[in-house]
Amino acid sequence: MSNTENKGQSQNDETDNAAVQREVWELRLYVSGQTEKSVTALANLKKIAEEHLAGRYHIEVIDIRQNPQLARDEQIIGLPALVRKLPQPIRKIIGDLSKTERVLVGLDIKAGKDEH
Amino acid sequence: MAGKKRSKENPAIQLEVLEKARTGVRGFDEITEGGLPQGRPALVVGGAGSGKTVFGMEFLVRGALQYGEPGVFMTFEESEKDLSKNFATIGFNLKDLIARKLLFIDFVFIERKEIEETGEFDLDGLFVRLESAIDSIGAKRVVLDTLEALFSGFSDEAILRAELRRLFRWLKDKGVTVVITCERGTTTLTRFGLEEYVADCVIMLDQRMTDQVATRRMRIIKYRGSKHGSNEYPFLIDENGLSILPVTSLGLNYTVSSERVPSGIERLDNMLGGGYFRGSSILVTGTPGTGKSTVGAHFADAACRAGKRSLYFSFEESPHQIMRNMTSVGIDLKQWVDKGTLRFHATRPSLYGLEMHLVTMHKIIEDFKAEVVIVDPVSNLASVGSNTEIGSMLTRLIDFLKFRQITSLFTNLTLAGGVLEATEVGISSLMDTWILLRDIEIGGERNRGMYVLKSRGMAHSNQIREFLLTNEGVQLRDVYAGPAGVLTGTARLAQEAQEKAQAMTRQQEIEHNQREIERQRQIMEAQISAIQAQFEVTKEKLEMSVTQEQTVEKLLAKDREAMARLRKADKTLAVK
Repeated sequence: MSNTENKGQSQNDETDNAAVQREVWELRLYVSGQTEKSVTALANLKKIAEEHLAGRYHIEVIDIRQNPQLARDEQIIGLPALVRKLPQPIRKIIGDLSKTERVLVGLDIKAGKDEH
Repeated sequence: MAGKKRSKENPAIQLEVLEKARTGVRGFDEITEGGLPQGRPALVVGGAGSGKTVFGMEFLVRGALQYGEPGVFMTFEESEKDLSKNFATIGFNLKDLIARKLLFIDFVFIERKEIEETGEFDLDGLFVRLESAIDSIGAKRVVLDTLEALFSGFSDEAILRAELRRLFRWLKDKGVTVVITCERGTTTLTRFGLEEYVADCVIMLDQRMTDQVATRRMRIIKYRGSKHGSNEYPFLIDENGLSILPVTSLGLNYTVSSERVPSGIERLDNMLGGGYFRGSSILVTGTPGTGKSTVGAHFADAACRAGKRSLYFSFEESPHQIMRNMTSVGIDLKQWVDKGTLRFHATRPSLYGLEMHLVTMHKIIEDFKAEVVIVDPVSNLASVGSNTEIGSMLTRLIDFLKFRQITSLFTNLTLAGGVLEATEVGISSLMDTWILLRDIEIGGERNRGMYVLKSRGMAHSNQIREFLLTNEGVQLRDVYAGPAGVLTGTARLAQEAQEKAQAMTRQQEIEHNQREIERQRQIMEAQISAIQAQFEVTKEKLEMSVTQEQTVEKLLAKDREAMARLRKADKTLAVK
């Protein structure tokens, strides 16, 4: 997947024009280079986001090798790491996001979906 | 550095010698013969508050300042701000080091198992942060304090352990010297068994309480490819950081000196044939009030006079009290304190444990660069340790002092009624010179006597001297040993007076006899002159008569001639 090579670049896979009243989910995926795990993680993330947050999410992939200070600022150790910047509060999960149930719990997506 | 030095001496073994990174932690490089294994990780294990962080930080700070090796401190427990504040109290200016790019602190905050693990992960974040930190300042040293905090942040232990193994391998490849601190475990050495991964060097720190006295100790459990001391070494953390003192016996291979140092008591020097040996240990024992401290003070005074730096450890009196008391016997110690040649160090023995006393004494002796050390009295340490412990402590202290060629004087109190020729703590065999002060009771008084019980390597007097404390300090007097025993004090004075009287009588007799001789001579000479006078008179008389006879004879002859001429006698007859 070429997306991961857009280091630190913001990336919109889906146009979220449709997201009107709804909150936009700001998701940051921290990786270190293009490893198998980071590729898997991004693919899993897209799949989950598409499924549960279609049209109202924004994914940013950050390669900490390009900017290690970001890893310090965000206290990143385990990789890949996914940080939900918005909606507040910030949530952080790690791993290749293959255990979907845990991702949903970690990101608190189910609750968000049920609320609306 | 020790490694380098050795390999220079013998190039053949160069390959086998493990390169070491000097820590600069006082004493540590001595017990490890050069420091930590260079380019490898070392494990520092200890409980809470055992000094792990201090050891790690000092390793970096000294490395940066003394050996030009910048370092990265990755902390999992304290923020950079807290660390800066804490280490300012032991004199480390971390902010300055960071500004000078000699130190990099990265605070890794671990959320306690709040992070959902959603599948495969690694600790690349840690690697990236570490690598960028190392590269940003060209670090040669790394401290991970306390790495096992990771175990509270991640629940997948299998991944964690695999990652740790990878981390240690990576650090080795990176060629940095690493200190990893760990909590002590109950069943395993470390709480999470990190010793499994770090096999090169394991150091244990420990803080123990004995009789409400805390002692910090360090032990090197393992040091692959290197010799190291295997004992427990007490250490201190004070305003200068950590000091480990290899206070175990250094062996008996120190050099000895035949140089003499004056004891400050002239006649004692004579008894010893010139003074104490430099670097020897002197024991002064005696019952209370026999003047042990005064002998010590004399020695300090004499040493300072000779410009030798002297340290006076007092376990009994305050420095001011000692100085005041010594003024009464004419020893002015204050002048040396003012000049900085003499330093007092007064502590209560119960302040801390024996080991701590030893470590503190070591440190003060080293800091002060003492050439003469006085311990007054060593017997007071008995309150904080058993005799064996004190014996072992003193052995190490004396070995250290001898190694440094420091002349030491220990006073030891013998309890009244105790055996005089024995020390309670059994230290006499460690001592080179043993001076015994004792009371001699005679004629209803108590006087002080001094003996030299032993003095290795020197001919010494075997006589008792009476020991007087005068306004001008200690004075030694010969004692009288007669059929009635040793005479001291007034008995000695009486004896002196008696001898004086006898001597006077003898002198008078001699003078009298000499006068008699003179008189006899004069008598003799008078007689001689009387006889001579008589002789002169007789001689005159006889001579006179001889002359008269001769005159008569002449006249008669003349008459005969005249008559012959008248008778016309033959000429021949007439001539006749």
